[in-house]
Amino acid sequence: MNHEATQAVTPPLRRWRRPDAWRSGVVLTALILALPVLVVFAHLLLPSGEVWQHLRETVLRDYVFNSLLLMLGVGIGVLLIGVPTAWLVSLCEFPGRRLFQWALLLPLAMPAYIIAYTYTGMLDFPGPVQTQLRDWFGWGYGDYWFPEIRSLSGAVIMLSLVLYPYVYLLARAAFLEQSVCVLEVSRTLGNGPWAGFYHVALPLARPAIITGLSLALMETLADYGTVAYFGVSTFTTGIFRTWFGMGEPGAAAQLAAVLMSFVFVLILLERWSRRRARFHHTSNRYTQLPRYRLQGWRRSAALAACILPVLLGFLLPAIQLTAWAAGTTDVWMTPEFLRLTWNSLGLAAITAVLAVLLALFMAYGQRLRPAWSNTLALRVAGMGYAVPGTVIAVGVMLPFAWIDNTLDAWMRETFDISTGLVLSGTLVALVFAYCVRFLAVSLNTVEAALGKIKPSMDDAARSLGMAPNRVLRAVHMPIMRGSLLTAVLLVFVDVLKELPATLILRPFNFNTLAVRTFEMASDERLADAASAALAIVIAGIIPVILLSRTISRSRPGHDTTA
Amino acid sequence: MTQLLEVDNVDVAYGATTVVHQVSLELRKGLIGCLLGPSGCGKTTLLRAIAGFEPISAGEIRLDGTVVSRPDWTTAPERRQVGMVFQDFALFPHLSVAENIGFGIRHLSAREREARVTELLKLVGLPTYGNNYPHALSGGQQQRIALARAMAPRPRLLLLDEPFSSMDVELREELAREVRRILKQEQITAILVTHDQMEAFAMADRIGVVNAGRILQWDTAYNLYHRPGERFVADFIGQGKLLPGAVLNEHQVETELGIITGLVPKGCDIGDPVDVLVRPDDIRPDDQSHISGEVLDKAFRGASFLYTLRLASGGKVLCYAPSHDNFAVGERIGLKLAFNHLVIFPRA
Repeated sequence: MNHEATQAVTPPLRRWRRPDAWRSGVVLTALILALPVLVVFAHLLLPSGEVWQHLRETVLRDYVFNSLLLMLGVGIGVLLIGVPTAWLVSLCEFPGRRLFQWALLLPLAMPAYIIAYTYTGMLDFPGPVQTQLRDWFGWGYGDYWFPEIRSLSGAVIMLSLVLYPYVYLLARAAFLEQSVCVLEVSRTLGNGPWAGFYHVALPLARPAIITGLSLALMETLADYGTVAYFGVSTFTTGIFRTWFGMGEPGAAAQLAAVLMSFVFVLILLERWSRRRARFHHTSNRYTQLPRYRLQGWRRSAALAACILPVLLGFLLPAIQLTAWAAGTTDVWMTPEFLRLTWNSLGLAAITAVLAVLLALFMAYGQRLRPAWSNTLALRVAGMGYAVPGTVIAVGVMLPFAWIDNTLDAWMRETFDISTGLVLSGTLVALVFAYCVRFLAVSLNTVEAALGKIKPSMDDAARSLGMAPNRVLRAVHMPIMRGSLLTAVLLVFVDVLKELPATLILRPFNFNTLAVRTFEMASDERLADAASAALAIVIAGIIPVILLSRTISRSRPGHDTTA
Repeated sequence: MTQLLEVDNVDVAYGATTVVHQVSLELRKGLIGCLLGPSGCGKTTLLRAIAGFEPISAGEIRLDGTVVSRPDWTTAPERRQVGMVFQDFALFPHLSVAENIGFGIRHLSAREREARVTELLKLVGLPTYGNNYPHALSGGQQQRIALARAMAPRPRLLLLDEPFSSMDVELREELAREVRRILKQEQITAILVTHDQMEAFAMADRIGVVNAGRILQWDTAYNLYHRPGERFVADFIGQGKLLPGAVLNEHQVETELGIITGLVPKGCDIGDPVDVLVRPDDIRPDDQSHISGEVLDKAFRGASFLYTLRLASGGKVLCYAPSHDNFAVGERIGLKLAFNHLVIFPRA
């Protein structure tokens, strides 16, 4: 090659740097996704208006008190159900253990607001239980006392019944990860099963249990359907009432900000316990754990302890829903119900695909440019899962309404055209809110799958002449196909179940299965609500199956039949 | 004639740590070069800089005379036409062997692509494996497919990053010779990175000994062994001991073993204290000799023994002797000099 030719192809000395989409794009996406939470937090700094003063003097104490009481009750409830069942199925042997191992996860498929109204229908005055009692004893109205299910304690029980699987799941994983050596040493030192549980297994699993507990409490704070239906005044119902009852979005946002600070305490608790959990693995010997064989009354007690949560948290309400749905074919064998289902499935599918694409973009961006800014962006984008749907809805509504109003005013002034509501009154707002809330679900799955692909794969593809964005499509996406599908499914089901954000942000006259369930139940049309509720529950079983498959494979040396 | 690859005073840094210092090397078209050094010496980083995966912080890298790396410029790896074979092979698990090989030649027509894949499969000796998937192949087979895949687009330069390190030790040298045959047949210019000198000797035309981010010597295997330019090279390549001596004149050095003749490098004055490199094949047992050493240790190598000997002064040397002379540990044996190359390092 001659010298002139060489000079001609030499790159210029200084070149204008193009903005790097994989860096700035990821950070920008995270910022947009963080917008709702930032908007809500900004309201902490705004001067508090008269409404806020009024709230503080009247209902705020109730909100705080009831929310705390709810958390305390649910906290105790999920620990009492989750930890013992986890210990029984992972370290003891009794009939049906393998079945319970995954059956105990079933209540995850039951949204709290659905179980709440199902039990109301079963335990109310005209319900089957009280009717039966009256028949048996010849009682009439007012002759007897029956516990009121629509109360704070009722809400505690309902939420505990469907949220304990978080504790169960993490505690079970922690018990299984404990090395055989530690437990065997405990046995040789003369500790029986119960002493071993109390002195060795429980302390070792404590960080995992706290993580599960904080997840359950986040869900408790996020719950709207149950407390609204039971008429318990908490933050979430307060936000609704302040916004729609009193017409005060600003004060509602301030309430949301206070709720968020509760959530942040839980996030910190969760992070802290996760960090501690890392130091708890002392030995890596994973063999089939020798299980305590339970006999006699112990066996019966173990069986009862495992049957009850599954029965009360899933089977009974599911049977009741099925019975109701079977008796109300006129409700669901209609074009209207079909449209409802179509709305729900379509919305969930669009959001799920979008959330997974966003997760893919962000996780791959971080892989290409592992700068601190990208790592931080990923963590920020994943925060939404801890934020209650009500808070996100408030945080989406405020800026979107502002943008719509500004745009509309400008268009009117300039072109004399009214654009109306482009963002806030449409599905855009709803899908965006879902993405904010559920991106963490897809992000976790995609990040884990991407992490399993060796960096040399990327390098190999690039040295074969392929640019990074094509490498993602040609190499990573096909390899991760299974995980991407899982992520889509998980987001899909979460969206299907979501209630409060949908209630606030849905376009006028747009209904989903969750909204219809809640509305009918609120109108005391419990049986009519059952078909929509049942559809949600059935969809909810999908992630339970995925989850139980993952955990049965997660432990090295664990027999796959278990 | 222009060199195919020119690495010109290159630094590579991770943050504040410079891991490659002032490296220069040149490689002509058709030659196989090798970066040889202990693990962590920076050889893989240098290779990745040549491939375009790591930006450089000083100097310049040119391919065919074109600048591809400069502190303010890194041509993307996918635009360099530089192929790479990875330590873990990095075969795409979701693609068949044929699809893996065809990955880099997507721009060709289906027929041309198929012809090239068939040709390469034949070249690496696995003509019937096109429809298999990587996980069904043995390590050696994966290795060959990885090589075929990297060669498919006819890269200007092929880089091999420790390509034999996951192979059985017995297979490595054989595979290295096999790869050399293939590369030479296809007239491919290549650079190999390895820590195993037998691999380097079996494959490379030029070897650079790398230590602490620097190339100490860029030379043929023969010269690295017999004309090491630095103590590290003398120590790292082959076996040998340094024996103290003094310069007598321009072509003689006096040591405990006697006077050794050779070319004394310029800059050494008469009487200067020096260290003389004594390779195991530089001395032979000789019953007639008045110089002797005591056997400290012996290692059986089949055709020969490698003896470690202690001289009268306490200095140690190594000596290869045919294995029918079986001396016992503690025995004294007479020694004869058989130097062809005099290698001396001035003592500080």
